Amino acid sequence: MAEENKENLITVNIDGQDLQVPPGTNMVEAVKMLGKEVPHYCYHPKLSVAGNCRMCLVEMGMPGRDRATGEAMLNEDGTPKIMWMPGPAIACGTKAAPGMHIKTNSPKAVESRESVTEFLLINHPLDCPICDQAGECKLQEFSASHGRGYSRFVEEKNVKPKRTRLGPRVTLDDERCILCSRCIRFSQEVAKDDVLGFTDRGSYSTLTCFPGKELANNYSLNTVDICPVGALTSTDFRFKMRVWFLKETKSIDFESSVGCNTVVSSREGKIYRITPRQNDEVNDTWMPDSGRELYKQVEAVDRLSFSSVNGSETSAVEAIKSAAELLKGEGVAIVGSGRNTVEEQFVLKAIADRVNAKGVYLVARYGDDDEILVSKDRNPNVRGALATGLISDLPAEQLSVLASQIDSGEVKTLLATKEDLVAAGLTVEQLKKVKLVVIDTHASDTTANADVVIAGLTQFEKSGTLINQQFRIQKFHKAVPGPVGSIDDLAALSAIQASLSGETMPTVVGTVWERIAAEGSIFEGLSFKGIPDTGALLDGSAFAGLAFAEGKSLHFEPKLEAAAAE
Amino acid sequence: MAIVVKRKPLNLLEKLYIPEIARGLAVTFRRMLFGETVTLEYPEQRPPIPAGYRGVPTLVRDPEGREKCVSCQLCEFVCPPKAIRITPGEIPEDSEYAHVEKGPKEFDIDMLRCIYCGMCQEVCPEEAIWLQNQYSMSGYSRAEMVNDKTKLYELGGTLPDEHFKWNKKKEAAEHGGGHH
Repeated sequence: MAEENKENLITVNIDGQDLQVPPGTNMVEAVKMLGKEVPHYCYHPKLSVAGNCRMCLVEMGMPGRDRATGEAMLNEDGTPKIMWMPGPAIACGTKAAPGMHIKTNSPKAVESRESVTEFLLINHPLDCPICDQAGECKLQEFSASHGRGYSRFVEEKNVKPKRTRLGPRVTLDDERCILCSRCIRFSQEVAKDDVLGFTDRGSYSTLTCFPGKELANNYSLNTVDICPVGALTSTDFRFKMRVWFLKETKSIDFESSVGCNTVVSSREGKIYRITPRQNDEVNDTWMPDSGRELYKQVEAVDRLSFSSVNGSETSAVEAIKSAAELLKGEGVAIVGSGRNTVEEQFVLKAIADRVNAKGVYLVARYGDDDEILVSKDRNPNVRGALATGLISDLPAEQLSVLASQIDSGEVKTLLATKEDLVAAGLTVEQLKKVKLVVIDTHASDTTANADVVIAGLTQFEKSGTLINQQFRIQKFHKAVPGPVGSIDDLAALSAIQASLSGETMPTVVGTVWERIAAEGSIFEGLSFKGIPDTGALLDGSAFAGLAFAEGKSLHFEPKLEAAAAE
Repeated sequence: MAIVVKRKPLNLLEKLYIPEIARGLAVTFRRMLFGETVTLEYPEQRPPIPAGYRGVPTLVRDPEGREKCVSCQLCEFVCPPKAIRITPGEIPEDSEYAHVEKGPKEFDIDMLRCIYCGMCQEVCPEEAIWLQNQYSMSGYSRAEMVNDKTKLYELGGTLPDEHFKWNKKKEAAEHGGGHH
């Protein structure tokens, strides 16, 4: 297959350098392959080509052919004669053709870029000091690298609507807009919610919502990400922090089994925003708005900030000791979570084996499939629980089996992680019947009725891995430190397992992985460090028989449906 | 390698020692009795501050009383000892200066950290932060040495403005600027 492709490659010439590309490659992408950049605003690799910003102008020419004979015209030295087009062409709208020559840095191309920049800046308010985009603004960057550095415009600048509410999460400043139409194309092509458009003509052109509509879909904040200038800004992040202060940490969206790749931006232990990270196999360059608000759980008012035994505050070490004592008792059942990491599930499995658990349960969470990047399964890591052997079948939404086990007295001790058991169908009376150990991050009816509460960490405060709906194992990293008094869930579980078994147990992700990979399971050969940032596909064929709930999404076809179609 | 400084050998008069003491005392007495004083009765007397002096950083208002800072945080970014800490905020839409959109909610300069380098003044795109003539800061606690927004405006006062750029912007908006 790869060899076939290689034969199909065609040769183009960029700034005198030959390059082999697949036919039809966009010239912006072809130049990128050479490590150079053609500046552009409206072109976006995941959207259709509009060609309206004119920033990517280059000189383009094709090998000449004699009109009479049809033979290739040659220079005196025998090289093909290039017939340069009289005017510059836009690189984004030019597809690679055999023998095509382009010049990205010829005087004509440079002058074209300078002129386009000058025109774009004519009506731009130049209010970088108060603009949230400053620091990650393409117009700012290209004005510095491709602009004149001074303004010849003495007339009055246009006045357009400012501080406009486009939707619940997006604020628009029309004066900054350079009319690239990326947001319009995104709404039409990816979000499938056609609400944006330009009104008026020429310098009056204004981006706006169609009458009676607003940009309210769950993907609206992607328009803010792709806006090359500061026209579309996030209402939540607006005026919160300048981007150059933000530390970026690679993370994963926990809200569903899609596992969108994200970047968590924080400064001095406080998270300011979550943006998508490109992964062409999972989420392209998008993510849902709902996943961007998850960071608010870190500083939520009901956050657990200390561990407790029988309702009184203790150190995490004491709480772990008490937890281990309780778990040494009879009739232990375990409620894991699809929100646990693979490592936590692995240690939980070890605990389950050690205490000879009467049952290991997960709580399923189902929502609506949006067929883009939020799947029906709202647990990010149910497949992790399957792969580590913690559970062998898909979880149910209610813990009715566990409830009957408690009622019959079979289960006397319960270890629950990251789940509110009352919300999952157990009654407070049932919780009071058992000895309950809970590892969680937020206060709930369950933590209120627990004998031992261990304050754990949210996804932003720890590292780990998740297995998404494609059986792709993806890792996320610690962005901010956890609150004083909390303990890493993995460390707590490992300490419990260590005191149950009397063996030492690794407590950090990297070393736990040495055990996970050594098991001879589907993780064989992997290590935490070795998993690429875009994840690694695991062999999920062992679980093909299970009726997973997810429907189709951006880069996912459900296996059962595919089998049924055959 | 050590550098050997060559000293001029002492002449006879210098070697005698006493005449040199007399010469020194003569200078002292001449200054005391006839010369101008070079010291000041500080703190009652204060020295004149030369133009361009870099004293305590302050925030200033324009002649209309508008706070000039738009909390762009460039000074916070450039500050070498990280003495500046800004919490940006939005100017409410019913404010007279709503068109400026952004202003500091909090603005702290830790004078125990400040090294009076003047980078903040140099980098400010709004000419809002100035190192003025105040040079002595003292306090009884660390917290007292952190100038908050109120203190900074108190120290800074009002400076003349040549541009009134935000007024021009508001005027343009009110008269449909550009599109005639």
